[in-house]
Amino acid sequence: MPNYANLVMLNPDLTPQVMARVDEIINRSKDKPGCLIPVLEECQEVVGYMPVELQKYIGDGLDIATSIIYGVVTFYSFFSMLPRGRHTIKICMGTACYVKGIAEVVSRIQSEYKIEVGRTTTDRRFTLEAVRCLGACGLAPVIVIDEDTHGGVTADRILNILEKYE
Amino acid sequence: MKKHRADLLLCGGTGCHATGSLEVKSALETQLARHKLDQEIRVVETGCNGFCAMGPIMLVQPDGIFYQKLKATDIPHLVEEHFLKGRPVKKLFYKEPASAETIPSMDDIPFYSKQQLIVLKNRGVIDPEKIEEYIGRDGYLGAGKALLEMTPQEIISQMKESGLRGRGGAGFPTGLKWEFASREEGDVKYVLCNADEGDPGAFMDRSVLEADPHAVLEGMIIAARAIGAQHGYIYCRAEYPLALKRLEIAISQARQHGLLGEDILGSGFNFDLEIYQGAGAFVCGEETALMHSIEGKRGMPRPRPPFPAQKGLWKKPTVLNNVETYANVGQIILNGADWFSSIGMEASKGTKVFALTGDVNNIGLVEVPMGTTLRTIIYDIGGGISKKRKFKAVQLGGPSGGCVPEEFIDTPVDYQSIAKVGAIMGSGGMIVMDDQTCMVDMARFFMDFIQDESCGKCTPCREGTLRMLEILDKITHGDGEPGDIELLEDLSKMIKSSALCGLGQTGPNPVLSTLKYFRNEYEAHINEKKCPAKRCPALLKFEVNMEMCIKCGICFKKCPAKAIAWEKKKTASIDKSTCIKCMTCISACPADAIF
Repeated sequence: MPNYANLVMLNPDLTPQVMARVDEIINRSKDKPGCLIPVLEECQEVVGYMPVELQKYIGDGLDIATSIIYGVVTFYSFFSMLPRGRHTIKICMGTACYVKGIAEVVSRIQSEYKIEVGRTTTDRRFTLEAVRCLGACGLAPVIVIDEDTHGGVTADRILNILEKYE
Repeated sequence: MKKHRADLLLCGGTGCHATGSLEVKSALETQLARHKLDQEIRVVETGCNGFCAMGPIMLVQPDGIFYQKLKATDIPHLVEEHFLKGRPVKKLFYKEPASAETIPSMDDIPFYSKQQLIVLKNRGVIDPEKIEEYIGRDGYLGAGKALLEMTPQEIISQMKESGLRGRGGAGFPTGLKWEFASREEGDVKYVLCNADEGDPGAFMDRSVLEADPHAVLEGMIIAARAIGAQHGYIYCRAEYPLALKRLEIAISQARQHGLLGEDILGSGFNFDLEIYQGAGAFVCGEETALMHSIEGKRGMPRPRPPFPAQKGLWKKPTVLNNVETYANVGQIILNGADWFSSIGMEASKGTKVFALTGDVNNIGLVEVPMGTTLRTIIYDIGGGISKKRKFKAVQLGGPSGGCVPEEFIDTPVDYQSIAKVGAIMGSGGMIVMDDQTCMVDMARFFMDFIQDESCGKCTPCREGTLRMLEILDKITHGDGEPGDIELLEDLSKMIKSSALCGLGQTGPNPVLSTLKYFRNEYEAHINEKKCPAKRCPALLKFEVNMEMCIKCGICFKKCPAKAIAWEKKKTASIDKSTCIKCMTCISACPADAIF
């Protein structure tokens, strides 16, 4: 039986309930070749982010060195080692959005919520992310908040849109 | 099957979802039920129909009436008028921007009528979540023919004769690639589909996966038969949730129908495939990097040879093609190599799908025969430059490609002609730029992208692209010095000749091509500290030209910092101490009076 109590002391987000689900993911996948990235994707879905303690735990479960896991986590932009906000704002940095003025939208968000790209607000309300082209260039400039795509966003409109996400 | 009086084909692509097609769908269903028409008229949610700028769009069949920019609030009126009283609603028709003429029928809209559809033939006409509808349009007949009537050698020779070349960017002949893999000994081989579409401004593959996922599966089954593979993967970006969902549905339906799994169609051939979700790394579009990623490693490329056809995924012979390539295969096998090679140009057969975006009226997905000119695509299909501005250049091939200026706008799109003018065909991104686009800033944008996505394995790409970005940053900030252009050229040559993979080898292309055609803009930034297109904030004064100001007050209303003073019938003026240089006024000014 893994030592859940120890983990929650190291990181309060790794509660026994959360870790039971992590165990289930690891046990289901560990015999499949190349399972590491899908396992990490699923575990991040459960925990919300990928802290070092969790990486070590997954490494032990899959019998993969933590250094390799750290290498994978830091390589792919999908993984985050920092806690996430309740809402994720994804800003499309594709060419069409750039041409149509996404940079102005970003600077408005940054100054209003005192937040850097890639970070989360101190109240864990928003995480601000820059993403590669979302492929919705017909709607440029585009931001995605959680699952909602907002097209034709302007610096003037963005704060109104964000107000709705508590 | 139940017959309906009419089908309402409502676009359910990502673009139309975002503009509200799901609300329109539920409004349609409610209104049809209210008028007791729901047994006669069926609402079908299709994949991306291509005309994203006009979304949400709906095609009424069999009449062929095309409605655009629908809102849920339009629906009660629309249902009553069109389906109860038989009077199509004119104000929701498409309006041609040039002539202001309304066009009721989809086939008459220039955006559609000038296209030739092979890859996209099912777009907007089938429900992508129903395999029966794909089969009803000759789907899986090609796979049936390949599995039951042809030997693997015959499949490969058909593919070679067809002249199909890889649509992912490099343009390698598909049949040849398959032949290499088929010659390898061994029981275990893999067929992979590259759906890690990552070029900024490109959404061809996403649209194909959303509108016609079975076409991709069919191509993969045929490829598997040709090389003798039993297992396949579709490597798709996690950023494409709708495409992933539709692929999953398609795979499970194909299994239920005996088109995947053991003994496919009673042929004795076994093949199954699964989806692998990419975790967000542009370099994974490179074939060896993609394979490392499926193996659960950092997605870094390795030197070739050995090529994947010899040693690919888990060191086994592997064929990797992109989404659009596979979507051609079923029809080539069904209709024959001669049919396919009759379309297009001498060394570029078939059609190509482009994602037409940027400063063009008809943003959307376009499929044209190879050899169509850029002018036809941008002006006839694309409806010309938006906001009545002037065409400056078109960018092809994303961060690996280059831009084509106005003097070459009559260049036909085929692999050779595009390369001759300094761009590449690429995967199909086509970004139109108007005269307000700064080419130095554009080059900086692509270099920023490449530098960020460089995996860090080889020094030329990791260090070289960063140095190039620093120089471009310096130039756009007004700190450019004589010699910078030459240094950029030197670095470009060095990186192109020594980087490990395609990412680095092509990364300097956007800089080289803008230097080739717009060197004067670089020189203006460096020598005169001016940005001719007025896009680089550091090189702008943020002053109003009193003679050009039309006293409209738009800048005053839009300024977020309240730094602009204006009164009715007076020219505006900007207070530089409160101005945040956000560019809002410059973009908004209808008279180009702020400099």
